Amino acid sequence: MPEWTEHLRPRLAGLRLNPEREAEIVEELSQHLDQRYDELRAGGATTGEAHRLALEELREPEALAQQMRSLRQAHIPPPITPGAPTGRALAGLSQDLRYAARMLRKQPGFAAVAAVTLALGIGANTAIFSVVYGVLLKPLPFHEPERLVAVWHRAPGLNMPLLEQGAATYFTYRESGRVFEDIALWNIGEVSITGLSEPERAPALFVTDGLLGILRVQPLLGRSFTKEDDAPGGPLRAVLTHGYWKRRFGGAPGVLGRSLIVDGRPYEVIGILPPSFKFPRTDPAVLLPFRFNRAEVRVGDFSYRGVARLKPGVTLEQANADVARMIPLAFDRFPTWPGLTRKMFEEAGLGPNVRPLSQDVIGDVGRVLWILVGTVGIVLLIACANVANLFLARAEGRQQELAVRTALGASRSRIARELLSESVGLALAGGALGLLLASAGIGLLARLAPAGLPRIDEIRIDLLVLVFTLAISVLTGLLFGLIPVMRFGTASVVALKESARSASDAPARYRGRNALVVSEIALALVLLIVSGLMIRTFIALRRVDPGFVRPNEVQTFRVSISGALIKDPQGVVAAYEQITHRLEGVHGVVSVGLSSSVPMDGNSGKTPIFVEGFSEAGRAMPPVRGYKRVAPGYFETMGNPVLVGRTMTWTDIYQARPLVVITENLAREYWKTPAEALGKRITQSRENRWREIIGVVGNERDDGLDHAATATVYWPMLITEWWTEPIDVDRTVTYVIRSDRVGSPGFLRELQQAVWSVNPNLPLANVRTLDEIQAGSMAQTSFALVMLAIAATVALLLGSVGIYGVIAYVATQRTREIGIRMALGAQTGDVRRLFLRHGLLLTGAGIALGIGVALALTRVMSALLFGVSPTDPLTYVAVAMSLATVAFSATYLPARRASRVDPIVALRADV
Amino acid sequence: MTAIDTRMLDRELKKGSAELIILSIVEARARHGYEISKLIETRSAGQLKFHVASLYPLLYRLEERGWLQGRWVEKAGLRRRRFYSLTAEGRRVLARQRDTWRTFVHAMGLVTGVDHA
Repeated sequence: MPEWTEHLRPRLAGLRLNPEREAEIVEELSQHLDQRYDELRAGGATTGEAHRLALEELREPEALAQQMRSLRQAHIPPPITPGAPTGRALAGLSQDLRYAARMLRKQPGFAAVAAVTLALGIGANTAIFSVVYGVLLKPLPFHEPERLVAVWHRAPGLNMPLLEQGAATYFTYRESGRVFEDIALWNIGEVSITGLSEPERAPALFVTDGLLGILRVQPLLGRSFTKEDDAPGGPLRAVLTHGYWKRRFGGAPGVLGRSLIVDGRPYEVIGILPPSFKFPRTDPAVLLPFRFNRAEVRVGDFSYRGVARLKPGVTLEQANADVARMIPLAFDRFPTWPGLTRKMFEEAGLGPNVRPLSQDVIGDVGRVLWILVGTVGIVLLIACANVANLFLARAEGRQQELAVRTALGASRSRIARELLSESVGLALAGGALGLLLASAGIGLLARLAPAGLPRIDEIRIDLLVLVFTLAISVLTGLLFGLIPVMRFGTASVVALKESARSASDAPARYRGRNALVVSEIALALVLLIVSGLMIRTFIALRRVDPGFVRPNEVQTFRVSISGALIKDPQGVVAAYEQITHRLEGVHGVVSVGLSSSVPMDGNSGKTPIFVEGFSEAGRAMPPVRGYKRVAPGYFETMGNPVLVGRTMTWTDIYQARPLVVITENLAREYWKTPAEALGKRITQSRENRWREIIGVVGNERDDGLDHAATATVYWPMLITEWWTEPIDVDRTVTYVIRSDRVGSPGFLRELQQAVWSVNPNLPLANVRTLDEIQAGSMAQTSFALVMLAIAATVALLLGSVGIYGVIAYVATQRTREIGIRMALGAQTGDVRRLFLRHGLLLTGAGIALGIGVALALTRVMSALLFGVSPTDPLTYVAVAMSLATVAFSATYLPARRASRVDPIVALRADV
Repeated sequence: MTAIDTRMLDRELKKGSAELIILSIVEARARHGYEISKLIETRSAGQLKFHVASLYPLLYRLEERGWLQGRWVEKAGLRRRRFYSLTAEGRRVLARQRDTWRTFVHAMGLVTGVDHA
């Protein structure tokens, strides 16, 4: 029996039948032909005749296909990709991924460049996300942190959105509150701890007895405070933090019940806190109870921070309403401070401001962090655009392969899935690499971060950060993978006929990559402008006159003389003077002064000021002004000029003369010129005596370089009639010492010896140079500047690589065209200009677009700026020019190479 | 009279008379492709003849339309064969086409004066 298959199959081949169906048809038709053959043989035909006649049944070669072409079965073939198992999505996926890995391994250079680019983008995002998560998003490390609130007041009439708590409001809210499970007060401070070895200045947390209970903190050893511990008159008790207990007592449990000399008074240690205890924005050594005397409490001092735990289900609105209800109760129950009246606070609009505790912890750092999030997001977008460009170029090279597979039956979705598997696979590799970069970057971040960045120890790569990295890797892969899919996912059979080269000659082909480059340049420009504005801010801050000169030559430290050490206020002043003279005697010291605080150290206070002859028309409460206590030598040492009059002498201070010095801006506010202010009188309370202005000095930037200078009154270190005190001395002061020996080895030790020669129980605390204090104040700006500069540099680098890549690619693609042009007489210059024009057009479009975006976006960061407008023309022009220069260089290199093409080689290459 | 020109038959296939022929052949019982072609040849006394290249595509088309149902039938010791039977829908179509054809032939007779009866 003849074999018919070889005659049948070619006739069916063009029909794209499913192979099973094709086999059935071949079988059925073969049977027919067999029977016909048998019949012919039976009728006497020879084998040859029978064979020929049977085959005539099939007629001309195309007849069968022609008849069948209109059939459905010849038109909807199920997808077939060589070797593909059908109908199992997951199996297909793993196959896609394996295929993708194989394809990428074949081009290690391409894969490496793309993965590293992505790693930069993803790594930066992971690092910043871990910071944002650790600082802003992660719940506070307390039980049910969402029920913890910071209890503030507001006084819009005094322009104070955040006014603290007083003992009077604390007692009132604790006794009559309906919304708080409990409320507590706290303050951070410093204490001298003596009797151990060297005297030590240690950070302390002053608390009311409810605080640890509110935070749900159980002591590791011993107990926490009871109401009795917090009451005046009883024994003094202290709780130690785990760190201090380990450091000073080696973790010995025997410390419980032991006595600790704090500020000259013996405290019994009653408890040790667990190592997990963290208090927002401070790391105290000891916790000490306030021990308010309820009988002496008055309304009017708002100088304690309040924290409370809300009863379950209570909202912030309810809490605020309840506090509003209780404010008048505080005035009913407690007298006001002399000189203050209930009416003053009513006029000031004293009201509640209860807000989540997390808001207190985070502070205003959120703004910088969110801007950084946006910044690294832009870097990732640029990285995506670059990789998308690489993929486009590669997909163009693979057009024929894709067309062949489409022709073999691979469906559009199948091809798309495969392209996406490659891009997602690559993005995952980039993500893994990025994670390594991020973990290195977090270490760097922690070092760069301003001291004020809260919760910095909570920043780490944890599970959520990993999930984030995975998510953005996949998203990134889809993002840059979709561009070639949209472009080539529909690879047509036409591409099969054309050669790869002629297929990519069309200018339309460059449109996608041109758009990518334009967006890259635009995004890079935005980041460069943002960094440029930060640099301008930084320069403007450096130029601000802070109220001192050459801060690197000024050493500062704080000294505290407790009542237990020297009771008599005059004696305290005498000690201050003695220390001053001993310090002056240290070799190399130019001058010495002391003050309750120096600019930007965070120790300055505020107090209301009444000015004689100014009625503060209709207002019971006068405006609050900066408050400092000074002794001789302060202004001279700082380098702050005395504009008119004189400063205080030791005699003025010992005699407690009613004299003050004020800043220039305060003088001008009331009397137009500093000279006019001399001899005028002011006071802080109408109940107290007037004090005469004897001098006007230059302004000090107490609230930071980026804030207006605070109008300040300098009161003498020793003062009579201070609120209710007949005589008052400031027991904690900052010494300022100017010397060119600052920072040299041994100098500090000599200063310390000078202090101890007066009294060996006086520890030095907060030992810093004025320069360091100033740097601390600029820390947030510096941090933002460094981070933005890094982001902008990466953006500029990626953007330049992008434009270089496109021009170089286009040049390669147009080699033949260049060859023809040059063969027809075009000069190298003409060809070079052709490409330079292309590059400049892209750059110009990118810059124009970028400026538009920057104008819209930079307004968001105006709060970070100082002395420069978000639309500062100089920054915009300078940045645009430098970007244009870099882009020009990136264009010039491939343009020059293109213009050196040998026409003969170029033309032959394409034949 | 010689066998009908095959090119003409192809045209007839398109017109639908071929469909009527096939449906009629399988009306009584299921038959395989070769049997169908043989029956057409014998019943038309050799005047109608379907080639493989015409017959099978037509069978597949009728199957796709749901008028025929093809089914592989295996018999012991023999190769399996594909048998085509009339579906309910095919039966209705056949009845309708017979009517149409009858009307057509009658009309042709009246117009052309060709009397075959």
